[in-house]
Amino acid sequence: MGEVKVFGVRRSPYSCRVEIALKLKGIKYDFIEEDLSNKSPLLLKYNPVHKKIPVLVHNENPIAESLVILEYIEETWKGTPILPEDPYQRAMARFWSKFIDEKCMPALLKAAVKERENKKAIEEAAELLKILENELEGKKFFGGDNIGLVDIVADFIGYWLGLIQHVTGLELLTKEKFPNLCEWSHEFLSSSIVKESFPPSDHLLEYIRSWLSANPSK
Amino acid sequence: MSDHVVLLDSYPSMFGMRVRIALAEKGIEYEYKEEDLSNKSPLLLKMNPVHKKIPVLIHNGRPVCESLVEVQYIDEVWKDKSPLLPSHPYQRAQARFWADYVDKKIYDAGRKIWTTKGEEQETAKNELIDCLKVLEGELGDKPYFGGESFGFVDIALLPFSTWFYAYETLGNFSIEAECPKLIAWVNRCKEKETVSKSLSDPHKVYEFVLGLRKKLGI
Repeated sequence: MGEVKVFGVRRSPYSCRVEIALKLKGIKYDFIEEDLSNKSPLLLKYNPVHKKIPVLVHNENPIAESLVILEYIEETWKGTPILPEDPYQRAMARFWSKFIDEKCMPALLKAAVKERENKKAIEEAAELLKILENELEGKKFFGGDNIGLVDIVADFIGYWLGLIQHVTGLELLTKEKFPNLCEWSHEFLSSSIVKESFPPSDHLLEYIRSWLSANPSK
Repeated sequence: MSDHVVLLDSYPSMFGMRVRIALAEKGIEYEYKEEDLSNKSPLLLKMNPVHKKIPVLIHNGRPVCESLVEVQYIDEVWKDKSPLLPSHPYQRAQARFWADYVDKKIYDAGRKIWTTKGEEQETAKNELIDCLKVLEGELGDKPYFGGESFGFVDIALLPFSTWFYAYETLGNFSIEAECPKLIAWVNRCKEKETVSKSLSDPHKVYEFVLGLRKKLGI
């Protein structure tokens, strides 16, 4: 196994992605909680380019960017696969992971957090969620019968978004509009490994409340 | 089984060029279809309904979208010849990290150079040079980003070199003066036939950019 460290922030969905993957593979690791307002010299040494979390350090070798880390975990440790074997299915998993990271995440953060009064932002986020809703049709998880790369990358939608909605009253991801996504979220959160990888909901709710009151909507 | 491969592309697209290079490296025969991006074909809209963008690789009727996803797909399907990614997981992670860096930084900085002027353009020029210098640092004294062999990061970055003439002319600066080692790497890569036949002519790219600026009212 070697020595595995994760530099992260427990309340960050990007950081949690790495923990879910390591736990699915049964890999023991040390978690180092970073203070993002005061980044450690080690973090800056391990990720000089972006200076961000998460960073996985395996036998002193650092890897940054959560999607890159997930692929590394998949290739290094056998056991529970995160990606399918078939090249076409792998390409689809990578496509959807990119879609979530590059399109959905910015739109959701804008609609749910940064510009939470902005009706247009909410509509745009809903359009993107609709695409994911359709992709889930007939499937338990994005990965099929089991949790895979796309499910892990969609963790913000599966957990954080619901909690933010609970605090702000936002009605974006609802059972009426997105039955597949809501069912998926329920299945996703039923996994004990996923639950263990996330901060407890009361901690996260408290964090969300204090963040929102300190950062009024634009 | 004989493979039927189609590439939906647009001549000046740096993303399309990535896929052209990968196909050439593997010696794959394919049908090239030039798309008119102001009048997208029904085939493109059907094969990439989510983004409606090129390039799209269609392999035996099935579409793969997003250029780096396509390059990895090509590498995994036609795995017996000219590997594009290294074999060791850590080197693969580094390759993915740097290709992701190119995606996150180079396109946007470059685009701002030909769509803005004055101070905004100056900022964009500095940003592009800073990012190219980081890449130059990563290249170091290696012949290619992949080390001794041409690979994934080389493929990810190289097509942007066909846009350097447009950036330099419209921004009134010289990339070679700031990043001589990077330009030496470009020229080294162009000695490969697979590269020289896949890259578009910088002067034609420049004409395209001028046309686009006119259309955008810049």
